[in-house]
Amino acid sequence: MPSITYVHPNGERQTVEVKSGTSVMQAAMAEGISGIVAECGGSAMCATCHVYVDPEFVEHVPDVQEIEDEMLECAASERRESSRLSCQLVVSDEMDGLVVHLPETQV
Amino acid sequence: MSVQPCCVIVGAGQAGLQLAVSLRDLEYAGRIVLVGEEACVPYQRPPLSKAYLLGKVEPDNLQFRPSTFFQEKKIEYYEGVCVDSVEREQRQVRLSSNEVLSYDHLVLATGASNRRLPLPGIELEGVCELRSLADAQQVRDRLSGCRKAVVIGAGFIGMEFAAVAAQLGITVTVVEAASRPFSRALSNDTADYLAALHREQGVVFRCDAQVNEVLGDASGHVCGVELENEDRIDADLVMTGVGVVPNDSLARASGLQVDNGIVVDEYLATSDPAISAIGDCASYPSAFSDAARVRLESVQNAVDQARTLAQRLTGQSIAYTKVPWFWSDQFDTKLQIAGLSAGHDQTVRRQQAGKRGFSVFCLRGDRLLAVESVNSPADHLLARKLIEGSASATKEQIEDPDFDLKLLINN
Repeated sequence: MPSITYVHPNGERQTVEVKSGTSVMQAAMAEGISGIVAECGGSAMCATCHVYVDPEFVEHVPDVQEIEDEMLECAASERRESSRLSCQLVVSDEMDGLVVHLPETQV
Repeated sequence: MSVQPCCVIVGAGQAGLQLAVSLRDLEYAGRIVLVGEEACVPYQRPPLSKAYLLGKVEPDNLQFRPSTFFQEKKIEYYEGVCVDSVEREQRQVRLSSNEVLSYDHLVLATGASNRRLPLPGIELEGVCELRSLADAQQVRDRLSGCRKAVVIGAGFIGMEFAAVAAQLGITVTVVEAASRPFSRALSNDTADYLAALHREQGVVFRCDAQVNEVLGDASGHVCGVELENEDRIDADLVMTGVGVVPNDSLARASGLQVDNGIVVDEYLATSDPAISAIGDCASYPSAFSDAARVRLESVQNAVDQARTLAQRLTGQSIAYTKVPWFWSDQFDTKLQIAGLSAGHDQTVRRQQAGKRGFSVFCLRGDRLLAVESVNSPADHLLARKLIEGSASATKEQIEDPDFDLKLLINN
């Protein structure tokens, strides 16, 4: 199973194993990782599951779609090149080892 | 020895759970007891009428938090337990488990229940509703053998179900008492757009129509409905979605003021200062409806009211003034609504060249009341800011795709 590492703003790292087909948001919720709120439950409606994809992995994740792109504009923390809504990042075997950084705040 | 204060939260839906979490995040110095009547970990309801029915999400993915979370956060979660009565004088609640809990503050986050149609045949096998995970599990099971479905009520739940059923190749007829779908929730422009989308996917509407009776076969299973004009529509599944009623009976029985929900002030306090109410069950004066009471059924309302109340209970009393917003998914269309459109006297459509999405602005005079955005999250986000600042806009400004609406934001 692919693993994902969540890096908290204080540098603390949490690594979890997830089934392919699970989103980075769902995996965080299931593991009780704080720092991802996901108010809308994964519908790309609330921008409270914002993450920064580690530079090393930016090229390994699927492209941002239009709806996600517009929603990211309203994320509570600064939007960067590497910004994604984790509900739209579905984990595949090729993404094994993915590292995402959690923003300071989601709301 | 000092005794720890205790906050008892009745209802473990989105509002109740968020309150418990926010209280801990704000370092509430006491016990937090969350009482939920369903015998499972708190879960998200919005996907139940959408992704869950399509088999895109499983129950495990609906849980807000893993079961271990409650222990870690020192939230005492009572699952499968009801609160039978509130004894306000003693500041205690009596549970269905016969336990008695004392509270310093009691929060009613009891939600709402689906309105039941008093129709002959409504108890037949195959007549469904959607609110709980158990409802959704039953519907999902039935969909696999379903060929024809009738939906009674063209509100959000009914239409989200209709979209799912149509996507699964089921013949869907929607029966609606009003003259158009979504008439209570959306402007005519947006309602007509979504209705057209459904028609393209084969959904048939019977508007200005009432169901007289739900028909059953010899085995007690639903086989159709009969309308007032005696037309019969075959169905092996009937979905009812005709609105909700707030769960205010506990408040009523405790002598709290109730009027289409539990009456609270702008601080979400009931007529008893030791009791508050949040979420679907709470009727509050909204700054976005000229201080008229509203009772909103949405994730945003539940979550933001919970956060506001958590602040008050940890010493920072603030009024609840968040802009209401809502969403729905139907087929591949995303609808997002900001504000409250009741009382609008004009709608103006805004569409950017080359974009498939658009937004409908609902105005009263020049005052912007609400914006309904179809596949246009950027409009929606801007709308929240405009409405938050009580912005005014003219028809010409809204219609002009080159006019930058950001200029109208009042800070």
